[in-house]
Amino acid sequence: MSTTVAGVFFVLSLVLFVALAYRYFGDYLFRVVTGTRHSAAERLLYRLVGVNPAGEQSWPAYARSVFAFSLLSLLFLYGFTRLQSKLPLSLGFPGMSPHQGWNTAASFVTNTNWQSYAGESTLGHLVQMSGLAVQNFVSAAVGIAVSVALVRGFARNRTEALGNFWVDLTRIVLRVLLPVSIVGAIVLIAGGVVQNLSGGTDVTTLAGATQHIPGGPVASQEVIKELGTNGGGFYNANSAHPFENPTPWTNWIEIFLILLIPFAMPRVFGRMVGDKRQGHAILAVMAILAVASVILVNTFELLHNGTVPNSVNAAFEGKEVRFGISNSATFGAVTTLTSTGAVNSFFDSYTALGGMVPMVNMMLGEVAPGGVGSGLYGLLMLAVIAVFVAGLMVGRTPEYLGKKISAREIKFASLYFLITPAIVLVGMATAMATKNKDTMLNVGPHGFSEVLYAFTSAANNNGSAFAGITVNDQWWDTATGLCMVIGRFLPMVFVLALAGSLARQRPVPASAGTLPTYRPLFIGMVVGVVIILIALTFLPVLALGPLAEGL
Amino acid sequence: MTAVAPPAPPAAEPARIGGGLLDPRQLWKSLPDALRKLNPATLWRNPVMFIVELGALFTTALSIQDSSTFAWLITVWLWLTVLFANLAEAVAEGRGKAQAATLRRARQETVARRLVDWAPGQSAPREETVDAVMLRQNDVVVVEAGQVIPGDGDVVEGVASVDESAITGESAPVIRESGGDRSAVTGGTRVLSDRIVVKITQKPGESFIDRMISLVEGASRQKTPNEIALNILLAALTIIFLLAVITLQPVAIFSKAFQGAAPDTLVIDEHGVTGIVLVSLLVALIPTTIGALLSAIGIAGMDRLVQRNVLATSGRAVEAAGDVNTLLLDKTGTITLGNRQATQFLPIGGVAPGELADAAQLSSLADQTPEGRSIVVLAKNEHGLRARDEGVIPSAEFVPFTAETRMSGVDLPGEGGAPARRIRKGAAAAVMRWVRENGGHPTEEVGGVVDGISATGGTPLVVAEHTDGQPARALGVVHLKDVVKSGMRERFDAMRRMGIRTIMITGDNPLTARAIAEEAGVDDFLAEAKPEDKLALIRHEQEGGRLVAMTGDGTNDAPALAQADVGVSMNTGTSAAKEAGNMVDLDSDPTKLIEIVEIGKQLLITRGALTTFSIANDIAKYFAIIPAMFAAVYPSLDGLNIMRLSSPESAITSAIIFNALVIVVLIPLALRGVRYRPSSASALLSRNLLVYGLGGIAAPFAGIKVLDIAIVQFIPGIS
Repeated sequence: MSTTVAGVFFVLSLVLFVALAYRYFGDYLFRVVTGTRHSAAERLLYRLVGVNPAGEQSWPAYARSVFAFSLLSLLFLYGFTRLQSKLPLSLGFPGMSPHQGWNTAASFVTNTNWQSYAGESTLGHLVQMSGLAVQNFVSAAVGIAVSVALVRGFARNRTEALGNFWVDLTRIVLRVLLPVSIVGAIVLIAGGVVQNLSGGTDVTTLAGATQHIPGGPVASQEVIKELGTNGGGFYNANSAHPFENPTPWTNWIEIFLILLIPFAMPRVFGRMVGDKRQGHAILAVMAILAVASVILVNTFELLHNGTVPNSVNAAFEGKEVRFGISNSATFGAVTTLTSTGAVNSFFDSYTALGGMVPMVNMMLGEVAPGGVGSGLYGLLMLAVIAVFVAGLMVGRTPEYLGKKISAREIKFASLYFLITPAIVLVGMATAMATKNKDTMLNVGPHGFSEVLYAFTSAANNNGSAFAGITVNDQWWDTATGLCMVIGRFLPMVFVLALAGSLARQRPVPASAGTLPTYRPLFIGMVVGVVIILIALTFLPVLALGPLAEGL
Repeated sequence: MTAVAPPAPPAAEPARIGGGLLDPRQLWKSLPDALRKLNPATLWRNPVMFIVELGALFTTALSIQDSSTFAWLITVWLWLTVLFANLAEAVAEGRGKAQAATLRRARQETVARRLVDWAPGQSAPREETVDAVMLRQNDVVVVEAGQVIPGDGDVVEGVASVDESAITGESAPVIRESGGDRSAVTGGTRVLSDRIVVKITQKPGESFIDRMISLVEGASRQKTPNEIALNILLAALTIIFLLAVITLQPVAIFSKAFQGAAPDTLVIDEHGVTGIVLVSLLVALIPTTIGALLSAIGIAGMDRLVQRNVLATSGRAVEAAGDVNTLLLDKTGTITLGNRQATQFLPIGGVAPGELADAAQLSSLADQTPEGRSIVVLAKNEHGLRARDEGVIPSAEFVPFTAETRMSGVDLPGEGGAPARRIRKGAAAAVMRWVRENGGHPTEEVGGVVDGISATGGTPLVVAEHTDGQPARALGVVHLKDVVKSGMRERFDAMRRMGIRTIMITGDNPLTARAIAEEAGVDDFLAEAKPEDKLALIRHEQEGGRLVAMTGDGTNDAPALAQADVGVSMNTGTSAAKEAGNMVDLDSDPTKLIEIVEIGKQLLITRGALTTFSIANDIAKYFAIIPAMFAAVYPSLDGLNIMRLSSPESAITSAIIFNALVIVVLIPLALRGVRYRPSSASALLSRNLLVYGLGGIAAPFAGIKVLDIAIVQFIPGIS
């Protein structure tokens, strides 16, 4: 089997299994978030925290709960990283500096998992397990909860109630993330991923030198890193490290885990609004953009344009031989299409255009399929914009699922799609206009691409990096940390506000004059809006980075 | 039934200013207004064009400081962009102003003859003369032939013919009388005959004509909900592009420094991209096309209504018309011609058809009701029986219809040996009783025919005769039916395609109502409807989230008109109805509602289409400007110059000129509205996406390329 055929088979088998997951796992998720029963463990938790699981929240209350919970997580994690030396299982590592502690806490609470540190040489097992891994679970659950609240806004009528954040959070963690993670971790351990509490092993290499090989609870963290589209690696090399991702088939499993929840969410949407076709339409938009992106990265990498790749006849720099070009390119596309940011190859070494596609994936707002929950709400916000323009063109006040899209709704949707590009552009420009760009290790367009990538990744809560710049000084840690926090929580305000305003409405019954939001034409229009409205905003800066380098 | 029918001119041709085409002279005439609108204090309301004006100011300063053909060319075209936008709005307003001028002539100073302590039936009330502007609500005035009615009000005494051409453009006089649904009079109209007493209902300075003037002038124009939403979206796009352009500068400086050998040009130098080019990029990217035309579209939409003689009290109502889900239409006058008409003679018992027709015609000669006239006409058309004048048969005695007998007819005395003959026509039961009373025996056959007609919703009229010396006998039955106006079925089909449900409102019994509903092709009907049923129906529809439109003219329609989302009152109607609705149809044509819905939809479609066009335009502009900006620094970026534009300066200039010209080119479209044919949402979307989406992507590629060729040819400083 040639490498290209293997790559195609790899992608096709993923498509098949993701399609199955959409159908069945999506239905399971739907039952979890709409169920009315509480398990004994859940009831115990509610009693401990003092939550009435039957009480539903209005959008401001839901938002306050999200922020209170996240702020608490942030403070807890910050304290953890700063005080690590005084805690058990620290492996003798010192506490983080204030700015790196802030950056790390912000990064894991916002589901970004941008790492301005190297995991194996900075953090002990306790912080990894009960600090970072816990956030990998709950930050993912927060995203899913917010997206479910938005869908409730579409599905419900004449009510303020958007559900109960604490119930959503608990159920998603206990009924979805934990069980899948346990199964997934066992599978990964079977594939060779390590799982122990060892402080590492010192070995003598063939050349006679001594090497320290760190071990740890890797598999348990690896699985939620992918499942929760987190991306923060136990090791600095992330999924390129053989202890995190040993074989091509674990690579397949990890990609599948990344795509599992984001692609199942449209099904939850379709089921909750009582029209599966609406879910299919959102899925189709995600799939079109995702497949196009996977094909583009694969094509650019396999064509290997560029001086060095041409001379060695392959774009193999920065890629693992055990994965090959195609499986690295596919992983690269998937990790940026979602908000994962885990990597099994080094984007900085990709061909210029091959490296541009992951950047564009993030710039689109990570909606194809996006992060867990955040992908769905991101795409729904853009669909609202598409519905508005399309709705006007059919001669009616635009409506989506019977809900009128008027000034209030457009205000929230506009603010949503405005905020992330604004953070990226302002952050990037600030770095480029000040001496902070001097930490760039490369020059010219490639150097600029690294800066652009860093802010794109932080603001969109991806967490992957082009690297090539020193980002753990005070300015970078603070700036990217701010980008992550603003890029995560400000959009959530607009999402929940929109949900509140939709839920209050009385639905308009559908008629022949209503724009059908499940037909191919509408799907194409949403794709168009995503590309023209969002991606083109970045064309000028892309021209001076990857395009200047790659054309 | 009132003796005089209201004038109902066909509304096919708008009676006022010809709509649609844009006269180039209009552009010229609106130029002073367009220049006035450059004032930033008013322009800031349009954020997109405000940004362009600021950009133009900035490039003017730059051009003065560092003069070049390129800089001045861009500056001039940026100013033109703003001017063209203002021109679009000024032209749209200009049409309204012409209309307002006509109305102002009607609002002349009049003197009112106020009656002091007037009471109904008072024979010689005390009278005083006051200025019309001094009139207050509930004052009572008297108006006589030749005088102008001093203010809006209701006729409380008398009947008069009134010339309302000043507001309706219709020259035929209309009758206004006290009581009933035709009591409203409008200030500024002239009484042609007789004398009426009017109770003033308007507040001073708030007359119907005052409202009309401010409406057509656009003085009281408020942004409609969809327009506000669209403005928010456009503002967001403007902000995002503003950020994209501003944040580009540090990167440009970095890149230029990296490629130190690249020469300084008018486009980019060591300080980064020049101000002229940055502003150009910004103006090219922000949605100027729709930003420029948005308010013109709204004004023109209202204007299109005015041209169809409909006055909307707010733009909100026009938009709501586009959203209507349910249309309530009165049967009489809207769906049917208003009167039942004879359509068939059904003889029985071997009577010759001609004999029945003759008898029916004879009995109807004196019958002035439309039903009676239609029998005379049918007999003439089908049996060649010329209508005899009442006087032709001198001794004939006509028996008028009374509610008691429920019959009418004629008694012909025996003349020249012929026996006296009496003919009766009327409701089956009444005529049958008459036959029996006169010695006849009605057959089963009559009952069968009568039931057959009733079952189809028609009205049977039985005709019988009694010749002296013989028993009375039934001759046959005349089939009267409601005649549905031609073309209604097609219109309702079109409504259905648009997703609008039509409900017929009628006082008829359910059986008749069903038959007419089926014939006309409406979706549903409300039979034996009382005003409160109408209101309940509207509430019920609205409970389900539907928007309801209706027409009405009577005072008892007022609550329903107020409750409906779109309430169109007839100009002939009462003041209460006119106050309650949010539109007035000056032609008093109830079918106008259908056109109003179409205008509402067209308004939204035009906005959506031009927004799509505007955004789609950006693709070509990127491909023109980005390589022009940076190819000097990174030569590989010339690969993005897929239009092969000749030079960076010419590429940028072409994009800016195209951007400005496209506004002018689209002004007629904005004023006329995009073509609208009733069809499903899917069909509309695919058509408009094809034309304005794909067209919006393709058009600027062609336009910019053509301009580039022209510029290189004719402007030496640019290539």
